[in-house]
Amino acid sequence: MNFVELDRVSLRYGEDGTLALQGATLGVAAGEFVAVVGPSGCGKSTLMRVVTGLWPPTAGTIIVSGRKVAGPLSIVGMAFQNPTLLPWRKTLDNVMLPLEIVKPHCERLRSQRAAYVAKARDLLALVGLKGFEDRFPWELSGGMQQRASLCRALIHDPSLLMLDEPFAALDMFTREELWLALQDVWLARRPTVILVTHDLREAVFLADRVLVMSARPGRIIAERTIALERPRRLDMTYEPYSVAIIHELREYISTARSSNM
Amino acid sequence: MEARDAIDNPKLRRRSRLRRKAARRALPWIVIIAIFVMWEIVVRAFDIEQFVLPAPTAIFAAGWEWRADMLDNAWQTFMTTAIGFLFAVIFGLVGGVLFGSSTLVYEGLYPALVGFNSIPKVAVIPILVIWFGIGTVPAIVTAFLISFFPILVNVAAGIATVEPELKDVLRALGAKQWQIVQKVGLPRSMPYFFASLKVAITFAFVGSIVAETVAANKGIGNLMLVASSRFEVPLAFAGLLMTSIMGIGMYLVAEFIERRTIGWATRGVDAVGAPRG
Repeated sequence: MNFVELDRVSLRYGEDGTLALQGATLGVAAGEFVAVVGPSGCGKSTLMRVVTGLWPPTAGTIIVSGRKVAGPLSIVGMAFQNPTLLPWRKTLDNVMLPLEIVKPHCERLRSQRAAYVAKARDLLALVGLKGFEDRFPWELSGGMQQRASLCRALIHDPSLLMLDEPFAALDMFTREELWLALQDVWLARRPTVILVTHDLREAVFLADRVLVMSARPGRIIAERTIALERPRRLDMTYEPYSVAIIHELREYISTARSSNM
Repeated sequence: MEARDAIDNPKLRRRSRLRRKAARRALPWIVIIAIFVMWEIVVRAFDIEQFVLPAPTAIFAAGWEWRADMLDNAWQTFMTTAIGFLFAVIFGLVGGVLFGSSTLVYEGLYPALVGFNSIPKVAVIPILVIWFGIGTVPAIVTAFLISFFPILVNVAAGIATVEPELKDVLRALGAKQWQIVQKVGLPRSMPYFFASLKVAITFAFVGSIVAETVAANKGIGNLMLVASSRFEVPLAFAGLLMTSIMGIGMYLVAEFIERRTIGWATRGVDAVGAPRG
């Protein structure tokens, strides 16, 4: 039984608006790292919101952790292209925001604050933000803000981590640094991850399996397992094995785009 | 040469920075004094009659002569305005939270509120007099009515414009609507709130003084009415001046609280360690 199971899920905006997803079927095993790639506007972000129950699907069923999704799940960590840190909170307090909301942490936070602070500090150190805990978000660079945003998505040990192009706004070197940071965190904690991206190298470097979506209305048209050992190194993405996969994925996407035009 | 010294020598650099800061502090005072001096010169040069435009010296003299009445009436106006303003802050905040966090409330009540706000408040004062009689209450109510709308609109805007991604992050954690308002919406709307306070406080003074001129037997507005009916124009101007001073005072209080509570929003103004020029 997969941890996340989508069965012919469709989503239409409004009564007779655009069809964003059509018959999307996919399964993600517990602890698996899956990347979703596709032409722009193919409904990748819609897929994320449907999986987490933020938007109810028009048709089809979604099962997460053995249960049918009916409303917003309360166990998901999310990070977006925009770090959306709160400017009035220091980095540490930003990271600890989910603990103030998620049960059972919110009830324990007051009595076990020291333990939670230590946990947040450890997490920040893991992504290379040691020493920046008491800085405000606007005192951090874009890459550092995104690291903090990742920590915020992970602090409550979510069993499902949804990442919507979290590195898209960063320059390539920062992006690569963050790939490594994310890999470290994932290896240390092993949450189930669904990463939406348009960067094929990123998908190949990070994911166990890459899913390709068609142009809108989106559905899964291909998938590719990445059999590189962990922990992966950046140069692995330039090896013939990876390059071949990247080319293959690119082919899928360009046919998906042209078939729709 | 001096510029290079300033770069090389931290002590000199600090001193020049302090000097700049002192100049910035003094600037508004210099402007105010300059306005009064110009005014005085114009009045004297063109020999303008005192009941048309009194000279600043005449205004100050009149204010000083009637200082006991001035202070007494100013205190009345100040209290009236402060009470009305306090209600405006409370209702503006609560209303703003409701309007900003509930689309139902927004869509249902907003048109009615805009319609209500379009009514000139001066026109309402006679009705208030019928309800509450001549005195302090109509002035308080007018100050409240005229100043709560900008507060409400701004707080509502701050809450309603929370980034959808951030909402998703919180909702995916199981946050309820009120938690999103509490953790994000309210703190986020604070800069809007303080911006509106600065507008609203001046509005509140307008409201209370207009009400005092129409329907009161005390307050700066009343004092100005009485003074001008007796052709003591310098005294009427002194009342205006007093009102400005109170307005500036309240504005500064709002700004002080703003700096203390939401320094994160005005960080650009005095960024730490960012030498410029």
